[in-house]
Amino acid sequence: MNQCNYTIKKILHFYYNGFRNMPGWGRKVWLIILIKLFIMFAILKIFFFQDFLYKTYQTDAQRTEHVLNQITNYPDNYDRHH
Amino acid sequence: MTDTIDLSLVDWSRAQFALTAVYHWLFVPLTLGLSFILAIMETIYVRTGREEWKRITRFWMTLFGINFAIGVATGIILEFEFGTNWSNYSWFVGDIFGAPLAIEGILAFFLESTFVAVMFFGWNKVDKKFHLVSTWLVAAGANLSALWILVANAWMQHPVGMVFNPDTARNEMVNFWSVLFNQVAVDKFLHTISSSFLLASMFVLGISSWYLIRKRDEDIAKKSILVAGVFGLLSSLMVAYTGDESARTVSKIQPVKFASMEALYEGKRDAGLIAFGVLKDTDKKIGDKEVREFAFRIQIPGLLSVLTGGDRDSYVQGLRDHLSGNEKQGVISTPEKIERGKYARDVLLSYKSAKQVNDTAQLTAIKGVFNTSDFRDKYFRFFGYASIDKPEDVIPDVTTSFYSFHMMVILGFAFIMIFTTALVLLFRGTLSDNKWFLWMAFISIPLPYIASELGWVLTEIGRQPWIIQDMMTVSQAVSQISTGSVITTFILFAVLFTGLLISEVSIMVKQIKTGPKH
Repeated sequence: MNQCNYTIKKILHFYYNGFRNMPGWGRKVWLIILIKLFIMFAILKIFFFQDFLYKTYQTDAQRTEHVLNQITNYPDNYDRHH
Repeated sequence: MTDTIDLSLVDWSRAQFALTAVYHWLFVPLTLGLSFILAIMETIYVRTGREEWKRITRFWMTLFGINFAIGVATGIILEFEFGTNWSNYSWFVGDIFGAPLAIEGILAFFLESTFVAVMFFGWNKVDKKFHLVSTWLVAAGANLSALWILVANAWMQHPVGMVFNPDTARNEMVNFWSVLFNQVAVDKFLHTISSSFLLASMFVLGISSWYLIRKRDEDIAKKSILVAGVFGLLSSLMVAYTGDESARTVSKIQPVKFASMEALYEGKRDAGLIAFGVLKDTDKKIGDKEVREFAFRIQIPGLLSVLTGGDRDSYVQGLRDHLSGNEKQGVISTPEKIERGKYARDVLLSYKSAKQVNDTAQLTAIKGVFNTSDFRDKYFRFFGYASIDKPEDVIPDVTTSFYSFHMMVILGFAFIMIFTTALVLLFRGTLSDNKWFLWMAFISIPLPYIASELGWVLTEIGRQPWIIQDMMTVSQAVSQISTGSVITTFILFAVLFTGLLISEVSIMVKQIKTGPKH
């Protein structure tokens, strides 16, 4: 158990030191990563990219029904042209 | 379907997906290729113990880190779009995509988050050999992540290893190995990673050439050019080989795409390979569709037949064969495929009706039909054709397919020349004196990006109107959401990605100007 704790501490220390001693470009790209992830997950995903089928329908049966309608319910255009 | 769907919604959804995919692909190939170049450089350092190789590795690792960090997670947006803009498609293929994408996510998270940290934070803190292994594992992990995405894309080009479940309206994977070792997936993976190696080699060659032009850090630049030149030359030869293999597979699995990329309207034996060609507007039509003919072309007689079928007598199918059919060559006409697709759709509709009235006998009988390979292979594989308006609608944009393919091939051969010249000049000791070549190598940095994007343009435009080859059209796949919201997110993505790209380029340029630390 002590060995395990020691290893975990060592790993955490490794990451802590790595981030602390990061060069200037590293800090800049981390800032960009955080801004990017915030825009993607806190704005785009929540306000613009909700899953259409899960938002619109309650059950899998309803979702299946919708998709079946979408892939089968169209006029026979080819017959009309020929 | 085409009467009920707003076409501008389909077009905007396509444009949005294309925009995000094109931008995403600006970041990915450099990560895939540069990771291996770093591993090679670090291996030289560990084996020779020479400090300059450590400096070289750390310098290119900085540029790798910038690209990796800016590009990371940009692909997640594509997954957002699947659920929102392409919900019918996502539902239809969910089980097939689920496994490869889950494996990709786990691999990317564990391999990259663990070993990338060792790569960047571990210098002088962990054992040299452990650091080297970490660098190799990052390279292998990044490329394996790409494998799973490409497997998913390959399934859309050539759907295999699944059965359709009419109860859930989903395809279910029945043979994981068929999906993984799908011939399209194998070709696509090898061609994509080798082109990424080439791209990264050109990146290293171009920037190193700039140092030589500026007469600074010359030793590091020349050593970098040695690695990039050898790796780039081998990669560009591999790109040519895998590209040839890939084209052969396309000729068998997606012959309409193949005929489009060669602008081959009439099938023939002893078909020539177009080395260079210019298309012009004419009155020529295939069905109702206007097509462009050659204003000029340089052709190698018989080579297309040899490359696809092994000899000059091999028949290469043209677009007209696919529209009208060619019984002698075993080509089914598009009207026939439409009829088969409609039959498959009618069987599915009968199943739906039987389910609504709970007619168990009918349900069992129809499910039996679904389970027969005869129905799957002869009818359901053409399911998407039932929604085709006119037979000529299955012909993609020939002009785009032709030019994207031929420009990619021309660039591919140019890269072989560039890497060969770099190595020859380097070994002769005259590289620094050849300013014209150094400038050419420097301004060639964007060319592999263009070639790589052209490859994707061909892959995706060349298979239109299909999102899943022969089974589902793009119009069937799109969600019924407001066009306005798609336009809004299109603009948001354009701004976000452009901002990321500008950030990457400006941080990278600053680091390149700073140069390797002494």
